[in-house]
Amino acid sequence: MVYFAKWKIVLVAIVTILGIASAFPNFLSEEDAAELPGFLPSNQINLGLDLQGGSHLLLEVDVAAVLSQRREGLVDAIRDGMRRGTPRIGYRRLGVRGECVGFDLLRDDDLSRARQIVRDLDTNTFDPQLEINVDGLSVTVCATVTGQREILTSAVQQSIEIVRRRIDELGTREPTIQRQGSDRILVQVPGLDDPERLKELIGTTAKMTFHLVDQTNSAAASCGAGRRRPPGTLCLPSQDEVGADNSPIMYLIKRRIMVDGENLVDAQATFQDGQAVVSFRFDSVGARRFGNVTRENVGQPFAIVLDKKVVSAPRINEPILGGNGVISGSFTINSAQDLALLLRAGALPAPLTVLEERTVGAELGADSIEAGEFASVLAIVLVIIFMAAAYGLFGFMADVALVLNIVLIAAVLSMLQATLTLPGIAGIVLTIGMAVDANVLIFERIREEARNGRTPISAVDAGYSRALTTIIDANITTLIAAILLFQFGSGPIKGFAVTLAVGLLTSMFTAIMVTRMLVVLWLHRRRPKKLPL
Amino acid sequence: MRLISLVPTNTKINFLQFRKIAAVFSLLLCVASAGLFFTKGLNFGIDFRGGILIEVRTEGPADISKLRASLSDLGLGEVQLQEFGQASDVLIRIERQPGGEKAQLVAVEKAKKALGDEVNYRRTEFVGPKVGGELIEAGITAVVLALGAMLVYIWFRFEWQFGVGAVVALLHDVLLTIGIFALLGLEFNLSTVAAILTIAGYSINDTVVVYDRVRENLRKYKQMPLAELLNLSINGTLSRTLLTSVTTLLALSALYFFGGEVLAGFSFAMIWGVLVGTYSSIFIAVPLLVYMNLRRTGLIVGDTDDDDAAAAGKSTS
Repeated sequence: MVYFAKWKIVLVAIVTILGIASAFPNFLSEEDAAELPGFLPSNQINLGLDLQGGSHLLLEVDVAAVLSQRREGLVDAIRDGMRRGTPRIGYRRLGVRGECVGFDLLRDDDLSRARQIVRDLDTNTFDPQLEINVDGLSVTVCATVTGQREILTSAVQQSIEIVRRRIDELGTREPTIQRQGSDRILVQVPGLDDPERLKELIGTTAKMTFHLVDQTNSAAASCGAGRRRPPGTLCLPSQDEVGADNSPIMYLIKRRIMVDGENLVDAQATFQDGQAVVSFRFDSVGARRFGNVTRENVGQPFAIVLDKKVVSAPRINEPILGGNGVISGSFTINSAQDLALLLRAGALPAPLTVLEERTVGAELGADSIEAGEFASVLAIVLVIIFMAAAYGLFGFMADVALVLNIVLIAAVLSMLQATLTLPGIAGIVLTIGMAVDANVLIFERIREEARNGRTPISAVDAGYSRALTTIIDANITTLIAAILLFQFGSGPIKGFAVTLAVGLLTSMFTAIMVTRMLVVLWLHRRRPKKLPL
Repeated sequence: MRLISLVPTNTKINFLQFRKIAAVFSLLLCVASAGLFFTKGLNFGIDFRGGILIEVRTEGPADISKLRASLSDLGLGEVQLQEFGQASDVLIRIERQPGGEKAQLVAVEKAKKALGDEVNYRRTEFVGPKVGGELIEAGITAVVLALGAMLVYIWFRFEWQFGVGAVVALLHDVLLTIGIFALLGLEFNLSTVAAILTIAGYSINDTVVVYDRVRENLRKYKQMPLAELLNLSINGTLSRTLLTSVTTLLALSALYFFGGEVLAGFSFAMIWGVLVGTYSSIFIAVPLLVYMNLRRTGLIVGDTDDDDAAAAGKSTS
């Protein structure tokens, strides 16, 4: 006898109720969903950026720049250490050598002290990050593989933190900022009016330093091809000021950093004499240094350098002791605000490059949702009519399963908090078409068995048991495709893989459990002599 | 009671007699597809080639020549403009800029400045050279792994001959899909790769259903000539094959016509794939078995599923 176990009926009922309860919040507005009583699920399906509008940016940390900065830092630290030694350690040719830092000692017996100085710079004693090689008097110091990895990891983490602070300052809701691979950062910001501004804010390193300007030599005589810079100076272009030939004018500044932007604690855009300026405040260390420099150099120009460009070089009129100052320059209100934001959030440890951008306007997103909804509903209606026409009563039962299938897909996506993308909607529509396949397989089989002279009950039974292996075989192959798509696809395509896989699983459940239950219950009630197939 | 009978019940079409014509026909199409792929090539989208894509909406019908004029002076190389879905929507494609990632970013900014604030930016995408290369790699890896995994699965579940037949049919479908994209110059992008993988899944699915029946019939009719048995299997599953294709095509047509312009390429590929997949499982996958020396004995091992009704009656739950 065909028999459908009680526990299975209970299972179907529970799944159905859970499914409806979990899918239900998607039909409410966000506010209403949040107000559902606590025992009811209130999660809605997450919409992908292509549906709600927003920017997806893939950034890359400039690894080479990170490592080269690190090497330069190491040179400074070694120089410092050797000069501070008592007696001083004599050395020459200290500098970057390829991937490493090297120097030559003047005396053989200084070797152990030099070694100690380098070793003291290594913060990790268990897993050394610096490797020291000695060849006669020549010493080279290289970062080990773990050392390089550590440097990179901390640079990426720091970048993520800074990017997060900058985006938070924009006041957007729920940005996603994740590390991807070894040196990449994925930024997803929903609902943004001005993606160009976002890119500009992220793409600026915002490293600010204060330098004295070389007064004894002129920039004109020292900067440019073929001219010699005095030692310890740098030629940097102005950010805004241009000379007669329309190229930025150059400044000759002293290399030594007098005060570092790291010591800033606050920055705001304000007005001074009707001009937009950025006011800033130093922490105690910065304030002391700033005070000393300004006291000792009254009357001299003081260059404010941002990302290797001179913003302005105002003359120091009087010592500034309170740690507050103002950056003037040719700012607009917007650019002053952006600079203040960048200074507040802090500098990136290295430049970030945008590798990929995908921005969708909110309007296109809304249009996509609308089109997707319409196509889905139309697909459901067409398939429902077709199935009822092809299989009559049995087709109607399959239709009930189909509708439940859609509800279950929505429920699973809400529960998993999966992201629904536009290709994801395509996956659902495709599932609508393919979900009935399992039922078609079963019904055709039942029909055939009935034709071979079986009684209705025996035909139904044989139909289900024979079709089952076929259904599983057939669905597993599509599942394989979905899993690989998920693994290798990016962004929206992953969304397609998710809905396709979820749809396959729910459709197997509804075909094997739900329609079967309906068919068996119907058989028990009616005990028909002939199947209406 | 039955309202529609898509396929007359108990069809006895001799599909196998068409196997030579079908083989020649398919071979020609495959060669043509491969030829088109190598000569004309695919119209790769920015996902793979790198470059910039901007979709804008103007107030009222777009003046494409004016937009083109404002972009052509920027020195950004090849710029394509195309109406997209409706008269007010324009899709702008700018070729990958020489130089690294930064150059792309600058070009996007330039283009946006030239287009001004009067247009509504619906979509801005740019893919730098690095990511483009990686996406190609990931796409190829996914397709190759999927084909391999399916082959292994079929091999595991059936005899090796079935595995070979299914994968030949599958390659046929994938190749013809690539062929039509090359022929019509349709944009080949990430969602096309997704479509191809889904087509692969669908094609195998279709083939597996017929193969399952072949396997069952091999056990059942031990004396029947192979060609006759294969015909019987195809006919036995014919109405299922066609019905499922019809429901899938119904859903895909809804998507193609009403799902929006962004999904149109994907749905087109899928529609084509379903048509080709249905054809290939009947005319390619099954007839191939004739040539592959199926050993029937191997299939009987472990076979407890007998044909009489009494046996079927007890296996219920």
